[in-house]
Amino acid sequence: MAERNRVEVAEYKWPEPERRRLIGTRVSRVDGPEKVTGRAKYTYDVNRPGMLAGKILRCPHAHARIVRLDTSAAEKMPGVRAVLPLKKVGDEILWAGDEVVAVAAVDEPTAEDAIRAIVVEYEKLPHYVLDTDPKAAGERARPTAEQIEGDPDAAFREAEVVVEGVYGMPLITHCCLEAHGSVVEWEGENQVLVHISTQAVSGIAGQMAGPLGVPASNIRVKQDHIGGGFGSKFSPDSWGIAAARLSKMAGGRPVKIMLERDAELMVAGARPSYYGRVRVGAKRDGTVIAWESETWGTGGIPPTSALPLPYVLRIPNQRKRHIAIVTNSGPARAWRAPLHPQACLLTMAALDDLAAELRMDPLDLLLKNIGLAGERADVYREELQIAAELMEWKKKWHPRGDPSPGPIKRGLGVSIHTWPGRGHACRCDLTIYPDGSVEVKLGSQDLGTGTRTAIAIVVADTLGLPLDAVRVRIGDNQYPPAGGSGGSTTIGGVSSAARRAALDALDQMFARVAPLLNAAPEQLEAWEGRIRVKGDPSRSIAWEQACARLNGMPLTVRGENPGPGELTTAGAAGVQMADVSVDIETGIVRINKMVAVQDCGLIINMKTAESQCYGGMIMGISYALFEEKILDPVTGRMLNPNMEFYKLAGLADVGELVVHMMTGEKYDRRGVIGLGEPPVISPGAAISNAVANAIGVRVPFLPLTPDRVLDALAKKGGSHARV
Amino acid sequence: MGKEVPDVKTGSLSRRDFLKVSGITLTVPLIAGPRVLRVAGAEVKVFGPGKVPMTFTINGKTYRAELEPRVTLLDALRNEFDLTGAKRVCDRGTCGACTVLLDGKPVYACSVLAIEAQGKAITTVEGLLQEGRLHPIQQAFIENDALQCGFCTPGFVVACKALLDRTPNPTPEDLVRGLGGNLCRCGTYVGIRAAIAQAARMQRGG
Ligand code: FES
Ligand code: FES
Repeated sequence: MAERNRVEVAEYKWPEPERRRLIGTRVSRVDGPEKVTGRAKYTYDVNRPGMLAGKILRCPHAHARIVRLDTSAAEKMPGVRAVLPLKKVGDEILWAGDEVVAVAAVDEPTAEDAIRAIVVEYEKLPHYVLDTDPKAAGERARPTAEQIEGDPDAAFREAEVVVEGVYGMPLITHCCLEAHGSVVEWEGENQVLVHISTQAVSGIAGQMAGPLGVPASNIRVKQDHIGGGFGSKFSPDSWGIAAARLSKMAGGRPVKIMLERDAELMVAGARPSYYGRVRVGAKRDGTVIAWESETWGTGGIPPTSALPLPYVLRIPNQRKRHIAIVTNSGPARAWRAPLHPQACLLTMAALDDLAAELRMDPLDLLLKNIGLAGERADVYREELQIAAELMEWKKKWHPRGDPSPGPIKRGLGVSIHTWPGRGHACRCDLTIYPDGSVEVKLGSQDLGTGTRTAIAIVVADTLGLPLDAVRVRIGDNQYPPAGGSGGSTTIGGVSSAARRAALDALDQMFARVAPLLNAAPEQLEAWEGRIRVKGDPSRSIAWEQACARLNGMPLTVRGENPGPGELTTAGAAGVQMADVSVDIETGIVRINKMVAVQDCGLIINMKTAESQCYGGMIMGISYALFEEKILDPVTGRMLNPNMEFYKLAGLADVGELVVHMMTGEKYDRRGVIGLGEPPVISPGAAISNAVANAIGVRVPFLPLTPDRVLDALAKKGGSHARV
Repeated sequence: MGKEVPDVKTGSLSRRDFLKVSGITLTVPLIAGPRVLRVAGAEVKVFGPGKVPMTFTINGKTYRAELEPRVTLLDALRNEFDLTGAKRVCDRGTCGACTVLLDGKPVYACSVLAIEAQGKAITTVEGLLQEGRLHPIQQAFIENDALQCGFCTPGFVVACKALLDRTPNPTPEDLVRGLGGNLCRCGTYVGIRAAIAQAARMQRGG
């Protein structure tokens, strides 16, 4: 059905600024009305006829073996429709909260009662959940190979100043507000319908096919809206497979399993912890010449990989070691900008401590060394200057340690970050109907970033139509496959595929109407709801009349990414600055103001782009000040699997936030670059640096809770010691 | 189901188990009106543990269902009446995603039993449309992009309405007090502050 014959080889590029009606402007999201009225249906909201409630019994021990498992009482309970052991006697369990048995019952209370009726006996085995000391971890510490660049030993001998510090951030969780989960129904002969909260609509069927023994082609996957993913929702998960099996056991009745909040925090997402001892060597003028780091941390059972250190700046002489600590702490998942916030903190805090040692303004130290950022150095330079103005940095900055009297100390911090963000592989079908309506279909998803709206903007602008002329359909794996939404790759992928499809469709429309306008197809353009002759707008035809020439047959064109023309590239650069106040009597840190200056190439929707930056800063404030997945060394269990004690930043915690997006020819020229991750990278480092600037000592580890702040003050030097 | 002996081997007692242990369930049929017990000299109505008929007034309409007394208002709205605007996130009064109005006052629907919400006017986010048109707060949320994934949004919209009803010109402190019980993971607070300012202006006719 997709027509691929191009009449004329159009140039695949983004329109010039004067040809953009919508691209780059502030467009309200197209699904806003559904979301603010409660009409938007998330997976959690799917209520199917005859639906059963699924619940999971979880192991309370961090390391154990199952010695007895008796589900008979649960099976006999009225209202229970299926009981599915997910483990058997003899199986070893490696983290608290792992799944043991799934049940499906007529309603949630009955399913909960059934879970309580299951008897499991465990043989407890030794567990280990400490991640802060590789020496204490014994054989659970797994060193990776040392990496060396240049001659670090010679460089450290040559250095006139050397600083050393310890920095890090603990395990945190994703805490998506919509829990992980799905509603699965086994329809007739091996047809499976899956509603699932996922970042990868097109990828789920392939992952379910093997475990279910059903061809992927028989598995239909749907999702209208998703209540957050942040990197944690790419798989059907064991509970998604369990929901399908329970449905089959229950004669095909739909089964809904959405994780309880405690399970969501325990098992459905964790960002690995990373800590590091860092040495930096420099000349007296601030030129950084040597880097040495030893890092450690945990992501649960699979060993963590080394961080991209030193971050952004390629310091010429480096030695790096990493020790992965294997713990019984549940599986890590990609968390918005994997490895970057950690690498950013370790690097930017060390450079900030170097600046303090040199009695230099850290902004000047960054500018002095910005050449080490390579290709993107001039972007950072420009961004640092803009951020400094928006923050009034030169007016407000003081050397480390606020000298003003009283318990409230104020300070500034700065950090820079990068992210690749090239568009993913993606296909879409664009259909123009004879009545002039336009529809785009693709198996993508909108994580709240505004994907639907961005696609509509690109297609409408390309076809010269208003935004509401374009209907975007996503969230169904029967549509052309689109990549998962991870790594900030969605906007580049979907916008490029949509642009190519719309350009090709337009070529075909031009070919049909050119004879009517007595012109050659390449002389035509689409503008404000008409197709017209370039330079002679009096020769034109309304879009609906042009579409009537389709002779009753809709025109469908396939767009792809990658494809001809460079519509998306990689390498976003950003700068953030924080202004904080710290009460040195209580240890409480407050954000007064944060500034984000961000580049992401060509911006499709300024409104939602800014929202990504605000959201990234707020999520960053949250992990900088509050978030930690606290594991009890005695039981190995998470102590705060709830939202009272796993605290997220609230409205009162975020201060004044300022966003400046880089725009203009230089940025447009690079095409579309992803923006989801970059703004969440720097807040930890910028806030940590601001706190050090305020109170005069480094608080080594995030989150910057009162106890850590007071502890650093009591020790006077924190972890930052002169070598 | 009410006659089973409680299974105490497996650990903590459920609400239902507790009622069984207290020995008042033996004569209660599956669906029943209240029994009256004398406790400390006073008459106390006892419902459940089986399903009991309940009647609600939600967004001006009457809804009926037979529910166990342990069912929360949130679960009744979402599971019985398919009013899924209010969301279940923490299910214990921490996040505000389930916020609805009871007689005009914002409450966490996850922390109110359905049986206790009878006889009160329940307003959910679905009930904020005015003759099919968006409420000014809803419009302001869209225009100021006060939403991303949108999962916290219905709770915020309802909490904002309650706040503006009480405090038409909210100060920043009022915002913190009125919206401090709602959390957003995507980080939409900047848009929410702008949205509420705009809605307040619009309601003043500005
Ligand atoms: S779900 Fe009710 S407050 Fe969180
Ligand atoms: S918009 Fe996603 S949780 Fe608030």
